[in-house]
Amino acid sequence: MNINFKHEWIETNIGLLAVLTMLAISVGGLVEIAPLFFINKTIEKVDGVRPYTPLEQRGRDIYQREGCYLCHSQMIRPFRDEKLRYGHYSLAAESQYDHPFQWGSKRTGPDLARVGGKYSNEWQVQHLIAPRSMVPESVMPNFPWLKTTLLDTSDITDRMKALRKVGVPYSLTDAEYKANVDKFGETVAKQLHIPNAQLSLIAQANFGNYDGDRSNITEMDALVAYLQVLGTMVDFSKYKDDAFVNDR
Amino acid sequence: MAVTTYSGAEQYNFEIVKKFAVMSIVWAVIGMFVGVYIASELAWPFLNFDSPYISFGRFRPVHTTSVIFGFGGSALFATSYYVVQRTCQTRLISDGMASFTFWGWMAAIALADISYMLGHTQSREYAEMEWPIDILIEVVWVAYLAVFVGTIMRRKQPHIYVANWFYLAFILATALLHTFNNLAMPINLFSMQSYSLFSGVQDAMTEWWYGHNAVGFFLTVAFLGMMYYFVPKQAGRPIYSYRLSIVHFWALGFMYMWVGAHHLHWTALPDWTSSLAAAFSILLLMPSWGGMINGIMTLSGAWDKLRTDPIMRFMIVALSFYGMSTFEGPMMSLKEVNALSHYTDWTVGHVHSGTLGWLSMITFGSLYHMMPKLWETKMYSRKLIEWHFWLATIGIVLYIVAMWISGITQGLMWRAFDQFGNLQYSFVESVAAMHPFYAMRAIGGMFFLVGMIMMAFNVFMTIRQGKRESAELEAKLAAKLAHA
Repeated sequence: MNINFKHEWIETNIGLLAVLTMLAISVGGLVEIAPLFFINKTIEKVDGVRPYTPLEQRGRDIYQREGCYLCHSQMIRPFRDEKLRYGHYSLAAESQYDHPFQWGSKRTGPDLARVGGKYSNEWQVQHLIAPRSMVPESVMPNFPWLKTTLLDTSDITDRMKALRKVGVPYSLTDAEYKANVDKFGETVAKQLHIPNAQLSLIAQANFGNYDGDRSNITEMDALVAYLQVLGTMVDFSKYKDDAFVNDR
Repeated sequence: MAVTTYSGAEQYNFEIVKKFAVMSIVWAVIGMFVGVYIASELAWPFLNFDSPYISFGRFRPVHTTSVIFGFGGSALFATSYYVVQRTCQTRLISDGMASFTFWGWMAAIALADISYMLGHTQSREYAEMEWPIDILIEVVWVAYLAVFVGTIMRRKQPHIYVANWFYLAFILATALLHTFNNLAMPINLFSMQSYSLFSGVQDAMTEWWYGHNAVGFFLTVAFLGMMYYFVPKQAGRPIYSYRLSIVHFWALGFMYMWVGAHHLHWTALPDWTSSLAAAFSILLLMPSWGGMINGIMTLSGAWDKLRTDPIMRFMIVALSFYGMSTFEGPMMSLKEVNALSHYTDWTVGHVHSGTLGWLSMITFGSLYHMMPKLWETKMYSRKLIEWHFWLATIGIVLYIVAMWISGITQGLMWRAFDQFGNLQYSFVESVAAMHPFYAMRAIGGMFFLVGMIMMAFNVFMTIRQGKRESAELEAKLAAKLAHA
């Protein structure tokens, strides 16, 4: 049988044109995205990475709200200069609980993937209120309202439940709580327990005193708590230099 | 009304085209103004004025959404509704649904802009709209697909014109991308906030699959549809090569979807994915240039028009910028180049050489061609078109040169070592070094914006003139009928 293909068939049939176009544009995404969910090596096996505490998660919400990701990346690349400037290159495991990811695409300001612990809480607070009072050449906007706006904690349970639905291991039942105790230890597991969310948020804010004012819990408390945990979960001194090379 | 029927005001639905065309210009002025403003914030940070609503992080998505979806999107709705009717020689299948796409689209852009300023964002670049707006867009888009395909089904001749293939591919791809990139879990039904379904590496891959194809389909394939109708029309010549248009259509549609991961070189995304994306990015040069060559060569035998016709000049410069940025893109997707260029202003410059140089210029050319036809008159001022052309061109050159210099400077400063093997510069030294280029970029943007405002004025006067002329014609006719 000799089929003499003519492009004219497609040009005269809108159904055929639409179906073939759909096929042509579907392949790339399928081949590149779908395997990432199934290839085990995509996310490295590493100790220490845990979901954010309620306070840190609220800080992360504020980080997103203010569009920090538009000027700050959270993804250190495996280069000598980046290692010296920012620390060990970022692992996929470190953002496995990040819904959505905040890798960013632009460094108008420096990378923040390992900013946790680099500066004191006092420095972070003052820098967020008035960046140029700390770094005269900075072009970052001032964020004075963070210190004066009380943190809305009313929907923290809803937020954690939504995150639980998309796969973050916040616990709702006793069985889930116990699983978290095994996986992350009791102290962390308590903070990941949804029924305790309000209380553990308040406890962490009071204990950490991130904005330097214990009389209330502000958005600044949450944001600084988030910044201070970034990149600190994995203890790289426990791993050899080339421990993660084969996972790329 | 009887007077105007000869031009097809009843045969075709031009009302919807007019509405979208006018709004495309309105969104361009708004979006480009915000663009100039945020560029100025980076040069002179006091402009943030300690206000949450206009601070850079919240204002930047207002810029991108207004220009991409407001200006670009409205121009695509306008031209696709115009082209599909003209080339199929039939009226849109449903005026009601077309009108719904207009009001729905306008509502989506306006709500998105307001919600960003209030702090509601998915924090996914170019897909910042929160879930209720995403659903509205989804519904509008299905209606758009139905109107477009329905109209093609009513066509008067067997062949579907090439411009319509490109518009169709753009509509289908945008539906696919929008749907999968915006899968998210709302925190409750009465909240704007949501969390994305995917996390970390998979989320990053999905977002940049979307992100680059927003560029590939929304901002390229669709505008090629525009090019395939308006360039031959304005030149008065047929498309240079029909065969080339077939080959580059399928190649472009197939390959674009693979390249998104080149935004994630050297990240925690597995190497195989980003290497594959880089390979396809380089291959993509060929179909991209296929389109450019097909467009530019359409003018062969009529090159003199470049001297005499400012509209033609817009179109040819647009195609030249298309060729240039689709060369620059594959080059930047090489891992070695990307190691330097990524995270810097070079990327920003590259995007703008595409969006200002190619998309805006082809849109200006097409609108200048189409608007007088819609209002049955001539453009009010040819001189203003000339001025617009030069202001826009100078603005683009200032913009991309500033970003090339600042981008490469940043990249080099970050990786510079001193003689002892320490980092030579602190990060903030690279920030300070950017200042003159950020100022230069803002000035380039101002040039472009001033040209845009001239266009808005020119179009406004053209519409007034068109309305006056048709009123005069009607009055004359009425007078004649009264005498008879």
